[in-house]
Amino acid sequence: MTLADTQPQALNFECETGNYHTFCPISCVAWLYQKIEDSFFLVIGTKTCGYFLQNAMGVMIFAEPRYAMAELEEGDISAQLNDYEELKRLCEQIKRDRNPSVIVWIGTCTTEIIKMDLEGLAPKLEAEIGIPIVVARANGLDYAFTQGEDTVLAAMAQRCPSQAPVAETEKEERNAISKLLNFGRKKEDMVEQESEYVDHPPLVLFGSLPDPVVTNLTLELKKQGIKVSGWLPAKRFTELPVLEEGSYVCGVNPFLSRTATTLMRRRKCKLIGAPFPIGPDGTRAWIEKICSVFGIEPKGLAEREAQIWTGLEDYVNLIRGKSVFFMGDNLLEISLARFLIRCGMTVPEIGIPYMDKRYQGAELALLEKTCQEMGVPLPTIVEKPDNYNQIQRINQLQPDLVITGMAHANPLEARGINTKWSVEFTFAQIHGFTNARDVLELVTRPLRRNHALKDLGWDTLVKEEARLS
Amino acid sequence: MKLAYWMYAGPAHIGTLRIASSFKNVHAIMHAPLGDDYFNVMRSMLERERDFTPVTASIVDRNVLARGSQEKVVDNITRKDQEERPDLIVLTPTCTSSILQEDLQNFVDRAQLEAKGDVLLADVNHYRVNELQAADRTLQQIVQFYTEKARKKGELPDGKTATPSVNIIGVTTLGFHNQHDCMELKKLMRDLGITVNAVIPEGASVHDLKHLSQAWFNLIPYREIGLSTAKYLHEQFGTPFVDITPIGVVETARCIRMIQKLLNEQGATVDYEPFIDEQTRFVSQAAWFSRSIDCQNLTGKKAVVFGDNTHAAAITKILTREMGIHVVLSGTYCKYDAEWFREQVSEYCDDVLISDDHGAIADAIARLEPAAIFGTQMERHVGKRLNIPCGVIAAPIHIQNFPIGYRPFVGYEGTNQVVDLIYNSFTLGMEDHLLEIFGGHDTKEVITKGVSAESDLNWTKEAQAELNKVPGFVRGKVKRNTEKFARDRGLTEISLEVMYAAKEAVGA
Repeated sequence: MTLADTQPQALNFECETGNYHTFCPISCVAWLYQKIEDSFFLVIGTKTCGYFLQNAMGVMIFAEPRYAMAELEEGDISAQLNDYEELKRLCEQIKRDRNPSVIVWIGTCTTEIIKMDLEGLAPKLEAEIGIPIVVARANGLDYAFTQGEDTVLAAMAQRCPSQAPVAETEKEERNAISKLLNFGRKKEDMVEQESEYVDHPPLVLFGSLPDPVVTNLTLELKKQGIKVSGWLPAKRFTELPVLEEGSYVCGVNPFLSRTATTLMRRRKCKLIGAPFPIGPDGTRAWIEKICSVFGIEPKGLAEREAQIWTGLEDYVNLIRGKSVFFMGDNLLEISLARFLIRCGMTVPEIGIPYMDKRYQGAELALLEKTCQEMGVPLPTIVEKPDNYNQIQRINQLQPDLVITGMAHANPLEARGINTKWSVEFTFAQIHGFTNARDVLELVTRPLRRNHALKDLGWDTLVKEEARLS
Repeated sequence: MKLAYWMYAGPAHIGTLRIASSFKNVHAIMHAPLGDDYFNVMRSMLERERDFTPVTASIVDRNVLARGSQEKVVDNITRKDQEERPDLIVLTPTCTSSILQEDLQNFVDRAQLEAKGDVLLADVNHYRVNELQAADRTLQQIVQFYTEKARKKGELPDGKTATPSVNIIGVTTLGFHNQHDCMELKKLMRDLGITVNAVIPEGASVHDLKHLSQAWFNLIPYREIGLSTAKYLHEQFGTPFVDITPIGVVETARCIRMIQKLLNEQGATVDYEPFIDEQTRFVSQAAWFSRSIDCQNLTGKKAVVFGDNTHAAAITKILTREMGIHVVLSGTYCKYDAEWFREQVSEYCDDVLISDDHGAIADAIARLEPAAIFGTQMERHVGKRLNIPCGVIAAPIHIQNFPIGYRPFVGYEGTNQVVDLIYNSFTLGMEDHLLEIFGGHDTKEVITKGVSAESDLNWTKEAQAELNKVPGFVRGKVKRNTEKFARDRGLTEISLEVMYAAKEAVGA
């Protein structure tokens, strides 16, 4: 631990054993099937995968979800059954019952081990049943939790059209109808709307966010005259954005490095490497970076950021000077730590499953800069952490807050350590200026709750000496 | 391949982990990829466990795939042995590791050379058994291991305890109301003058297992977990066992009479008849309830029951035999033990359904239109969709099925709890029905008008669309707060901008 050091010169990266708790990446189907409304996710795996999904998603499972397991049986493992025929049978059933616009196959550990050639089978079956099949290998052998979305979006990036469909006559006709329908609206209005934007190359943002957040971030960029040509993913598979060679792309989440790589290498797009729009500082830096790439002078951002901070003051007061320890499980850790340091917290350790120093380069630089400006020690970034060792360190450091998975949260609380369940950051709306308050609402909740209970005298609720293992 | 949305029983390793983590000072190491340790989350959340779940994973990743686990598993076992000094480490294979076909027994043997504690490989086949079968198997395996170890060392005690005693076998972590059932069973044994020799696996130490042979008999409260162990102990020491689940007045009496018979055969002279009579007529309220006019109203009402063998069979019998309710369908997802279930319930219901397909049971419920359902959380949701009340009687279960208050299903207090559960399900159903007939609560319209007064503000199309995306239950609040924000600032039109500004403003 480098906590004792006064001011390390640079971020300190470490790597442990990888014995840590996180969600399996197949969990991405939970939010992606809701985001992509005309999709169907088929997870090809075993009972273990199914049991995880069923339990991790709680009540969602009962809402006729557009996902299912293709549960492998002994015959599938020993190749007594024909993979292609089996998948065809199931996909035809899905087509019959749900008629989706795309079926996403999620490959799992088992399909990896038995080397089921999903990428090879998909195009054949796609041609036969007439529904696009996208293959994503979101398995626990290679990835952690949110990286599942990364594998799906990287596969989807290949399906984005490379030029806008042009159908002039149809366009005319539709215009005629829309003219009739919108006769009240003047044509000048529409032209004016277009001219609100600066002339810049097309920009596509990638990362799955709830629709309200998409609208919000799109609007923030619009204020700077930047037009968002599309999002990967869009609300529907049939509305995937156009990716031309030379289009600019920018990520909104820190765990999308494969998608970024695919967009650059396979689709010849230009990646804008920016910090992520989490927290008002991150949002401002994100917008500024995009502006700078397009040669735009950002307007009113400093005031906007200051105004948001003023609104956060009551929450910031609660956490200023306190310490937070990230055990690491969803790859949002660097951005969240950077935001919390700006709020006045100290961060002894940032655990993270996987650290892409290139994709997160701008975010890491902002973290370093933030630490210097706030005069706090640089945190140690621990890749592939070891939960057992981390708990020893938590025991030693006694941080004011530990951001961790549910496996450790209750046991830590019983030992008098405040915890926040990390998965909530994945599902809550945390992006943009508007949602900065929601992040702090989550972070301060355990502190506010425990403040309310502080005089009751039952902080430690385990019998033996607080054994932390 | 099977298209599946939902499963009733989990994969095999969950069963093994339930047994291992029920014991005190036993640690399980899963040979599994990242993310398969979801068991820890379930235990920590559902049981609200204060201690760290003694389960870790020896991670199977790309490197393991390419080169094999090599030293990794052995290192993880010996490391855990030093860190926590467990009495026993159970190496737990998962579906992933079982197709890798690594020689895990070899790892166990090697680790055993170094480890201070014992090391065992859970002997379960992932593609052939489910959670419940694996739990039953693992418990038997651990008991056998320590029995043989004690025999080898000559540490097995001779004979039985001086006074009648019992081992309660099959109480586990994440079991449906198991903690409460265990307390109730201990109380019942105390009332019967029987000493509890051991409860396994919950809270037991593996060192106690060598004393199992001293009990006069074994009690197996649940059909699914513990029977193999009871049979093993019968084989080894001739210990008889009682496998009648004491759920319901009649079955509790039957269970106690069976205990009486076994004890008297071994030379005790006990007569439990007065106890049964006193409890049935005056302590438990269930017998009285069945005569009361409340219960009369339930006569002939239709019910569907579905769950694990133990609970579905017991509840079916209670409904039919003790309450006069008409069970139109009784079912279980324990397909591997279907014969037993049929035999138990056939005379108490119209039809038996053996299936682990939740669609089949949902269709049956829709077709039969019962007045109440007694099932798992899945049936509760089917009931919600069809507007039929449901009492949850078996796993799979959610956090609300791990109540903090005392809620046993077994024994005489259990009979009271079950009466409440059943009766409340039916009356709520009746109330719903009456509301429908009389057109709902008449206050509804008035309240809505009072709160959401006509808006004088103009919402733009985009803002209105955005508002509609807000989940229903908070939409009204967002609307009111936004309008208040706009009014305070003298705005007459609410655009997206205004909405965001309102959200950003403190307190809005």
